[in-house]
Amino acid sequence: MTKARDLANFLGDNTSLGTINDAYDAGTLVPSSTNPSLIINGDMRISQRQTSSTTSGFVLDRFFVGSQGGTRTRSQEAITSGAPYDLGFRNCLKFTNTVAGGNNTTDYVESYYKIESQDVATSGWNYTSPSSYITVSFWVRSSVAGTYTFWTRCEDANANTYAFTYTLAANTWTKVTHSIPGHSNLVFNNDNGAGLRMQWIPFYGSGHTSSSATINAWSTGSSLPDQSTAWNTTTGATFELTGVKLEEGSEATDFQHTSYAEELAKCQRYYETGRSSSTGYGAAGTGFFGCMVDYKAEKRATATLTQSSQSYFAVDGNAIFLGSVGLSYTLNDTNGFYHCAVHDNVNCKYVFTYTADAEI
Amino acid sequence: MEDNMNITSAQYLANKDGSNYSVKATIDGQEMSVPLDPANRHYAEILKQVEAGTLTIADAE
Repeated sequence: MTKARDLANFLGDNTSLGTINDAYDAGTLVPSSTNPSLIINGDMRISQRQTSSTTSGFVLDRFFVGSQGGTRTRSQEAITSGAPYDLGFRNCLKFTNTVAGGNNTTDYVESYYKIESQDVATSGWNYTSPSSYITVSFWVRSSVAGTYTFWTRCEDANANTYAFTYTLAANTWTKVTHSIPGHSNLVFNNDNGAGLRMQWIPFYGSGHTSSSATINAWSTGSSLPDQSTAWNTTTGATFELTGVKLEEGSEATDFQHTSYAEELAKCQRYYETGRSSSTGYGAAGTGFFGCMVDYKAEKRATATLTQSSQSYFAVDGNAIFLGSVGLSYTLNDTNGFYHCAVHDNVNCKYVFTYTADAEI
Repeated sequence: MEDNMNITSAQYLANKDGSNYSVKATIDGQEMSVPLDPANRHYAEILKQVEAGTLTIADAE
């Protein structure tokens, strides 16, 4: 039974505020213990760009994946059983060591997530106070038993980092929770820039770590402890992540599941894909296409634009025209763009898809 | 690690009055229109590589 169902059952005929207040006082109506999360796509459902890749970039929305050495496949994978499945998680971000790394000094494998600074600043976390906390929680599984590192950095005062380690048994989903205190050095501007960078690390080579790293405290020195090389050198090793949540307070509360549509809309602040069309007039080489595209969601910043899947059609019914047009966006802001391009055929239609990338 | 983008070309696009409004760039093998917004991660990386002397933005045609 969900809390929403409990509340609905209780309300039934109890519609007066007095009755509800009495129930709260008597402890028969318990408020929800689920805090909102600062993480978007923490359940790894949204992958607008692609579902698998071996190069650095985004696979799951909002979670950048990068590596050096070997061939590391990053993919959105289905969860079909286990503790996360029982809690409603159906997808995870998965690293697979398709070709193991060969350099235990320079190799690395990571995923990071950047939260907008204004979202940290307004989260309720009194981040300059050591007695005020944020809490991170996530489900993680690796095929290689060992100790792994979570690392975070304050991007507006980016000498300040914090890390903790956690130990995994092989092939066992584990829920990790950790509360991070505030610190007087921390700065989070009330703007759309990067605020807090959170990082999951299947492997960092010794050239990126230190035997004297500081963990479990904010540090301006190294905070990346040395790691075992086992994951890096094991062909076929896997590392899976889901259920990522970051919340104000010193306790981890239940993951707040939302609808697919709601989560997609949040992701579209940072990236979206869509399509549009326009009709070109005028002589070949001097006539132009032009159309306004309004985004599905306002972007975090002015977006980088790409276009693809272009199709050209002659209006007069002649054979489909395939030609080349210039890439030109004469108006581009956080709400949309005006697409303009010179065409090289007389009177034709133009259909295109676009991507708009405003990731941090 | 930082996200090091592979930028192989960059050229300004200009309005009719000559003012630049975008950079047409090939980043990680894909042609992109990058706005002149320092909060845009691609433009920030272009500026970083220009400052490092590893990238030059060609003038608009």
